[in-house]
Amino acid sequence: MTPLLSVQGITKRYGNHIGCADVSFDLYPGEVMGIVGESGSGKSTLLNCMAGHLTPDAGQVVFDTRTDGPRDTITMSEPERRMLGRTDWAFVHQHARDGLRMGVSAGGNVGERLMAVGARHYGDIREQATDWLGRVEIDASRVDDRPTTFSGGMQQRLQIARNLVTGPRLVFMDEPTGGLDVSVQARLLDLLRGLVRDMGLSAIIVTHDLAVVRLLADRLMVMKDGHVVEAGLTDQVLDDPQHAYSQLLVSSVLQV
Amino acid sequence: MIELRDVSKTFTLHNQGSAVIEVINDVSFSVAAGECVALTGASGAGKSTLMRMIYGNYLTQAGKILIDGLDIVQAQPREVITLRRDVLGYVSQFLRVVPRVPTLDVVAEPLRALGIPSDQAQGRAAALLEQLNIPQRLWSLSPTTFSGGEQQRVNIARGFAHNYPAMLLDEPTASLDAANRKVVLSLIEDAKARGAAIIGIFHDEAARDRVCDREIDVGRYTPGIAA
Repeated sequence: MTPLLSVQGITKRYGNHIGCADVSFDLYPGEVMGIVGESGSGKSTLLNCMAGHLTPDAGQVVFDTRTDGPRDTITMSEPERRMLGRTDWAFVHQHARDGLRMGVSAGGNVGERLMAVGARHYGDIREQATDWLGRVEIDASRVDDRPTTFSGGMQQRLQIARNLVTGPRLVFMDEPTGGLDVSVQARLLDLLRGLVRDMGLSAIIVTHDLAVVRLLADRLMVMKDGHVVEAGLTDQVLDDPQHAYSQLLVSSVLQV
Repeated sequence: MIELRDVSKTFTLHNQGSAVIEVINDVSFSVAAGECVALTGASGAGKSTLMRMIYGNYLTQAGKILIDGLDIVQAQPREVITLRRDVLGYVSQFLRVVPRVPTLDVVAEPLRALGIPSDQAQGRAAALLEQLNIPQRLWSLSPTTFSGGEQQRVNIARGFAHNYPAMLLDEPTASLDAANRKVVLSLIEDAKARGAAIIGIFHDEAARDRVCDREIDVGRYTPGIAA
């Protein structure tokens, strides 16, 4: 089977400082991978390099495109990469306001991505947008309201709807549940799990919350100082960590 | 169906003076389809550890663990994920679920993962919950607030939702009353009858005698405990 995403030797430096160094892995269709590590471990740098928001100093990010098969997205032309960002890729930001257009209605936020891939029929767009609001449990009566009038949890769900409406195959998520109430987190986790399963999505989730990766991710990478120190099945890495740092990380979680 | 060859395991505790603990040394045995084997030994002998190694939850330092032809010790994560979805079931001692998900969906989850339509999966889940005497008024609630015995039964229902060809059962009858214990034992017997290979840990001797064909004393393979 061809990997959906094959990352090889990704390195990013900020001057003399290492962002992330020599990261390689393959992600297969339907797999969810978690990346954990403390602040400054390079996990967000890595995510942004893979998603095309940062240009790495070395390495390849090969994506299995629908039309041309595996292509290195780093050497791809800018318009091609942007097209990918609107169709097969999605990016869920930690702060919903980074991923939403706050001055546009909720329906408009979802519809905009559909229009970007060529949808023109207003009725269809509105219908699909309303359908997606329902799927992320936002009441249809709020379709014309701006996200500024939404709570943090609703904004995050709206961002997810906006991202998934075009049926992407790969979703990058940066702390998708960060900054939300635990009760809202739980619903969001359940929602994400259902969407991943029903749509056969692959996802890469960056978080520092080990409970979130245990529930969402099949595989896990532990990063420290820009390097991947351990990788494997999520439950194996969490229950039987091999590296000194992963052992410290797992044993540092507070019990409720 | 399940075969262990010269399997050994050590834990290295890097943050506690790099202590190295040998847990299992050189275990070999196999379990055929339709057979149920009990792991026995005193508390701390490594029964649960060995079971977790077979599930791929703990890493194995040496040897081979073959399940349906796949060596868990060397397998890629995605191969283990596929094996767990299709072939290898595991009923742990503790229920771990996404909070706020209804019990019926928790039990139907393994079937949904196999691509079985929602109504069919929920039908099977409902039948199992009924068999295990979980009152229907609880089905729409999350099991996180259930009693210990109820959680254990939800866990068992989930573990038996799909007819796995190989199953690992970690104390499936603990904390159950006599009636429910009987139900669980008959579920195990049904699984054996359809050809599942089962490895179980049972502290309850009567239960062990009823469903298990053989016993393996894990204590014999524990360095420091065996003489």
